This record gives sequence, structure tokens and C-alpha cells, in this order.
Amino acid sequence: MAEEVKVFGTWGSPFSRRVELALKIKGVKYEYIEEDVYGNKSPLLLKYNPVHKKVPVFLHNGKPIAESLVIVEYIEETWKGNPILPEDPYEKAMARFWAKFVDEKCLPALWKAGSSPENERAKAVEEACECLKTLESALNGKRFFGGDTVGLVDIAANFIGYWLRLFQEAAGHDLLSAEKFPALFKWSDEFSSCSVVKDSLPPKDKLLAYFKAHIAGTKAAETNASN
Amino acid sequence: MSEEVKVLGNWGSCFSRRVELALKIKGVEYEYIEEDVYGNKSPLLLKYNPVHKKVPVLLHNGKPIAESLVIIEYIEETWKGTPILPEDPYEKAMARFWTKFVDEKCLPALWRAVWSPENEREKAVEEACKCLETLQSALNGKRFFGGDTVGLVDIAANFIGFWLRIIQEATGHGDLLSAEKFPTLFKWTDEFVSCSVVKQSLPPRDKLLAFFKARVAEANASK
Repeated sequence: MAEEVKVFGTWGSPFSRRVELALKIKGVKYEYIEEDVYGNKSPLLLKYNPVHKKVPVFLHNGKPIAESLVIVEYIEETWKGNPILPEDPYEKAMARFWAKFVDEKCLPALWKAGSSPENERAKAVEEACECLKTLESALNGKRFFGGDTVGLVDIAANFIGYWLRLFQEAAGHDLLSAEKFPALFKWSDEFSSCSVVKDSLPPKDKLLAYFKAHIAGTKAAETNASN
Repeated sequence: MSEEVKVLGNWGSCFSRRVELALKIKGVEYEYIEEDVYGNKSPLLLKYNPVHKKVPVLLHNGKPIAESLVIIEYIEETWKGTPILPEDPYEKAMARFWTKFVDEKCLPALWRAVWSPENEREKAVEEACKCLETLQSALNGKRFFGGDTVGLVDIAANFIGFWLRIIQEATGHGDLLSAEKFPTLFKWTDEFVSCSVVKQSLPPRDKLLAFFKARVAEANASK
């Protein structure tokens, strides 16, 4: 049976790139459809993800799935080669625990630290650093969170592996530094230079330009708001 | 090999009750350890869940797992009888999608609506009701979200199935979950709580009602 696999995503989104990374790890061919999530969401997107109206959406033989980590678990179960999750149920639970920690604690804390107004920044940065420190402890001497190969937690932490350092460059601050978090910093190098990951990342210049524009836009709005 | 299964929980927590419900569905015997989460967290809890310092924690032959939904997926994989998740990968993905929706959208929206100050209440209730309406659509004529039997989504939505109506009674506001507004979801809550395996895993109604009445009184006194 011919397999029809499609991904609705957006070039800069770490969430849609998670799905693409999982498919590349599995060697699954797919059709990619770029969505203009800031301008005009397509009727297809609204049809396939009526609850959240967001990317990524995954279509397998016409059946849609939304939410990147739900999609990645589906990909893991459907295509058996190159496992993304450990086989041992306890290790699998640990991977899911850390993936949840990244999504529910780390990413919101990092986002807050990056977008906080001046007077709240110190506290937000402190909380984000605590998250990074905790996450770093999960590496525990391994090359990747998944061990010798990229796994679920590495995929979930892709924002930290690649996007964050570009965001820091654009914003002029540094949450993730080699001095503060040597093991996590080293992991981000391993992650972004890993061949299957490299192919699934947005172009550096384009993303950097996007962040610079976004930060300039936020500053302008803050200036206007305080005038 | 004798199996050692322990649950560190709290009598009133819907999250720790989720884990107990999953174990009961599977017929797994376990030792329950009550944690005083408001007063004094035990050294055991801090040792077994250093990241979040919360209940529930499952211990299986000494190995700890935290986060109720992660624990339930582990229970599903470890004890094979009476499945909590569908076998079909697509249906499994749908169950995980709705479970995430309950945890990440419904519960926070409901909690905000319950404890909202008067001037923000209308908006908070509106948002919570949108969530309930969307969740209701996932029932789609079935008796439980899991079909004929209680499944992952039902377990995840236990707060809505039992706690919410008791909280509404405590606060005197019945405008979130009512039979008029959400007839099929309301009916589901009745099915859920009267289901025998669920009944055994719920906190005592009177005790929970008294607990919430006291919290409402506290909240009002501090205004």
C-alpha cells in the first residue's frame, strides 16, 4: 500500500521541526506543507487541527494528528527502525518524564526569561537557569539524552539545542553558556552537528534575522507603551 | 519475584487518584503512603521526586516514577490485562491528544474559573466552558472516552468527573459543568463515578466537600 505522509509546519517552529526530525531519523519520506501561521492559516490546517489551529499537523493516509510529542510517539510506534524511545519500560518512563519537563517547565521558563520586561528579568532568568541546571543533570555523562543516539528527550529539547543560542545572540544575553552549563552546552553542539538533525534545522541566518526583527519589534512596542 | 508496588499520594489529589485508578483497573496490589503535601513533605517524597517534589510518585521494585500520566503509561506497559489505551496506533494517538488537552487546557482553565476574583470571573468561566464544550465533542456518543470501558482520557479527566461538581457545590457557582450546558459530558460524569472500579478510587465525598468549603472560606476571608 502506498504510504501517504504529510507534515503541515512552519520553517521556524521548533515544534514542527521535532516531527520532521523524527521522520528523518526513521527514514520516512513525507510531503511538507508550509503554513503561514502569523498571516493566514490555511483551510486545511483549520480542518485538520480544529482544536488548537496550530502546526505541526501530521497526516498519515489522510488521518490527522496534532501536538508534536503525540505525533512523535505515533511515529515511533508506526515505523519500527531506529528507535526514538528506549525499549525498557522504566527507561521509557524516564524519557517521557524528561520530555514533559522540557515542554512544561524549561521552554516556558526560557521564553519568559527572553521576553520579560527589565524589572522582572532577573527573577525570570534565575528560574530559567534552574530549569537548565536540572535538565543538564539528566544528561548524566551521556552524549545525548537518548544515550549514543538522538532520542525523544533530545528531539523535545531541540529549542535548547539550536534555537536558544541564536535567540541569545539576537537578544544579547546568555542563558545557556559553556561556563554555566558545560555539559548541556556541549550537548547542544553534539545535537546541532549530528547529521540527521542538521538536515532538519531551519537556516541559521534566516532564524537569526527573524529573532532580531522580533526583538526589535518587542522593544518598539515597549517604548511606545511607556510613552 | 515478588512485586513491590507503592504509591506516594494525597487523599484529595486528583493526580494521585489517577494512578490509584489505573492500578485498580489492572488489578495490581499496592501499598499506599499518604503524604502531607501542605504541611510536611516526607524525606522519601523529596528523595523520589527531587525535580518536582510532588505527588504522585510510583515505586516499582524500588524504582521511582513521577508525573501521573507518565506513570499511567508505565502501568499500561508493565501490566498487560485490561488495557487503558487502544491497541490501534492512531486511536492511541487520539487518546493521548485528548489527555493532553485535559491536562494542559481544561484543568488550568477550570481552576482559574473556580478561584477567579468576581471582576474576572465572567471571562474565566467563558474560557473554561469553551474547553468543556470541546472536550464533550470527544465523547462522540460513547459511554466513556475510552469507549465501553474507562480509558486514559477518562482517567485524566477524573477532576471533571468527580472533583468539579463537588467544588461547584462548595463555591455555590454551578455555571461551569451543568446538565443544561453540557448534557453528554454531565452524563459521562455520572457514568464515571458510578463505575465500580472508579468508585473505589475516589476520595470520600463529604471530606472533599468540607475541604473545599474551608478553602472557599479562607479565600473569602482574605478579600
